[in-house]
Amino acid sequence: MKRTPDDPSGPTTADLWDRLRCTTPARIGLGRVGHALPLGEVLDFQLAHARARDAVHGVLDRDALGQALAPLPIVMVESAAADRAIYLRRPDLGRQLSPASARMLAELAPQDDPWDVLFVLGDGLSPGAVETRGPALVKAAIGELAGLSIGPVILAHQARVALGDPVGEALRARICVMIVGERPGLSVADSLGIYLTLAPRSGRRDSERNCISNIHDAGGLSCEEAARKLGWLVREALRRGLSGVGLKEEASLASPTVADLPPSSRPTP
Amino acid sequence: MVGQRAVPPAIGPRHAAGGRYRLRYRGDFRGGRYIFSDLKEVLAKASPARSGDDLAGLSADSEAQRVVARAVLADVPLTRFLEEPLIPYEVDEVTRLICDSHDGAAFAPLAHLTVGGLRDWLLDGATDEAMLSAAAPGLTPEMVAAVSKLMRNQDLIAVARKTRVVTSFRNTIGLAGRLSTRLQPNHPSDDPQGIAAAIFDGLLYGVGDAVIGINPATDNVPGALALLHMLDELRELYAIPTQSCVLTHVTNSLELMRRGAPVDLVFQSIAGSEAANRGFGVDLSLLAEARDAALAQERGTVGQNVMYFETGQGAALSADAHHGLDQQTMEARAYGVARAFSPLLVNTVVGFIGPEYLYDGKQIIRAGLEDHFCGKLLGVPMGCDICYTNHAEADQDDMDNLMVLLGVAGCNFLICVPGSDDVMLSYQSLSYHDALYLRGTLGLRAAPEFEVWLEKMGVLDGDGSIRALADPARLTRLIEHRGPLA
Repeated sequence: MKRTPDDPSGPTTADLWDRLRCTTPARIGLGRVGHALPLGEVLDFQLAHARARDAVHGVLDRDALGQALAPLPIVMVESAAADRAIYLRRPDLGRQLSPASARMLAELAPQDDPWDVLFVLGDGLSPGAVETRGPALVKAAIGELAGLSIGPVILAHQARVALGDPVGEALRARICVMIVGERPGLSVADSLGIYLTLAPRSGRRDSERNCISNIHDAGGLSCEEAARKLGWLVREALRRGLSGVGLKEEASLASPTVADLPPSSRPTP
Repeated sequence: MVGQRAVPPAIGPRHAAGGRYRLRYRGDFRGGRYIFSDLKEVLAKASPARSGDDLAGLSADSEAQRVVARAVLADVPLTRFLEEPLIPYEVDEVTRLICDSHDGAAFAPLAHLTVGGLRDWLLDGATDEAMLSAAAPGLTPEMVAAVSKLMRNQDLIAVARKTRVVTSFRNTIGLAGRLSTRLQPNHPSDDPQGIAAAIFDGLLYGVGDAVIGINPATDNVPGALALLHMLDELRELYAIPTQSCVLTHVTNSLELMRRGAPVDLVFQSIAGSEAANRGFGVDLSLLAEARDAALAQERGTVGQNVMYFETGQGAALSADAHHGLDQQTMEARAYGVARAFSPLLVNTVVGFIGPEYLYDGKQIIRAGLEDHFCGKLLGVPMGCDICYTNHAEADQDDMDNLMVLLGVAGCNFLICVPGSDDVMLSYQSLSYHDALYLRGTLGLRAAPEFEVWLEKMGVLDGDGSIRALADPARLTRLIEHRGPLA
């Protein structure tokens, strides 16, 4: 929807706003009706919010996801959060496996050599993002991990980032790569984040993970770029025996391509 | 006062705890009996419902128990809060700050009151602004949190409305009939031109008298240095009587001041316990060091309030540093920290933290009113970031409600972003338009020094309203004058 500046009379002013708008994705120069926004802007905002809300409350279609991942083997698990309402109120439950899923994974654990890398696709706060680009991301990432053993792809319902810990622990993976739908914003509702954790087990701190965020096709990272960063991180984490802040600090010296952690001026919601 | 038989302090078995005696609290209310094991539990169970207290396992078991807890709380003497620190003195420097700085003389006129009695005193028409200001140093965060739990939304508004906390740096914030705004021109990659464009847009709406404050996307010293210089040049060029801030960690601000950067205000997120503050990488001595350094800059022209704090219910719980206290009491303790540093600005970021702490619009609105009331009563210059995230059950209508309520309550300042959409932090706050609406509808004006500047720049009409558009030629000059805007 076209945004009109305060006063369309002078070409000077219109040109000015056009020029300023090129410098930022922020909603500037919207104009006004009385004290209010023009209706077009109101509806534009409402549509963006509605898309974000729909994204949060979407349901992960795991059958379709399994087909898109074929021929990779998949395993479906549930967190301890029984539904979306509980999931949103109880992040602690979204970090634990349901008792049934925990039992099932215990039986699946390899008897001999553990897998080097285990992928978990979790719905997070944007199930649609996982459906849209989760399979492509997993396949691109596996392409970057030649020579390493890869476990079955775990598809997780009502999952928070830290659900990868009990999953990875149960399957005795050396590294857990959690791919999760990020909290939708107004401009992008289908962004993925990757969280890598070495030696996953329940109780790992966020500072022990490496994050690659903003994976989407509206000016974010492409699946291929994200996969390359992940490939580098996985090999370095295995080689140095650490993940998280320590690896980030060393990596920032070795490779400028590694994503920064989120800014710290406010707690992450 | 209430038709209950609540039997607080002087009864019940005593338990040695932290070197002090703990008392049991018992409430009998219309045939039901409820036992509360300590003051913490009474406070938590008396709290209006919110998801963060559910998450912490502290909420009332039933709605009836919640009301009985309030009845019990109403009869607790205020002195009880001095005798029974909710977080032990020995383990927490915030408790030590609260206890050691308590002003006994200011408390004396209220010392005979219960929590319920304090509520009545606050609401009494005879209790005026001067009495409330005089009482502030005698009130502890826990007393203020407690009394808020006995107050309906209208009570929180009525009392806050007659409480003023005025601060100054390059202008004067918090005067009666005034509403200031923080202009928040965030950009996903900290692009100086994009930030300047958002500032320019906001100034045309009369926004920015509380502070022009950027949350940097990349939190480091070189990045903040560049942004601070850009902000300062812009402010100097147009002689804007306001202050700027890059909301970076306090240790970065210290380093920036060492490097001679133009730091007006030192920002920090704070919370209500030593452990929670440690989670933010700060303690009281670090905050004191930063304040001293900022004072030494001598950059304020009207006053020397140099600190800017943000807080929010749930911060302590999310750091697992809440010591079993409900999130609203922990939040009030954060204001106990803030007031020790004579800040220019303090705001709760009320809906930012997400639905696991404040689930929906109703809970966000209640928390916003509580936070503003508690801050003001403690003598803190309270503002609010009226906001929500996309996974909370809230929308613009909820924000409209809260901004009008806080406008009526006399809130010092509100945060505004272009079109309500913060494109860096991915959440929704108020818009520049909302500031215009609120000032217009409630007859509130910008800080006096800033208002004079707006008139001079042709943004404000002679009658104090924002012009449809200021002189385009002047605006073009404003933009083209310098690099970042060109």
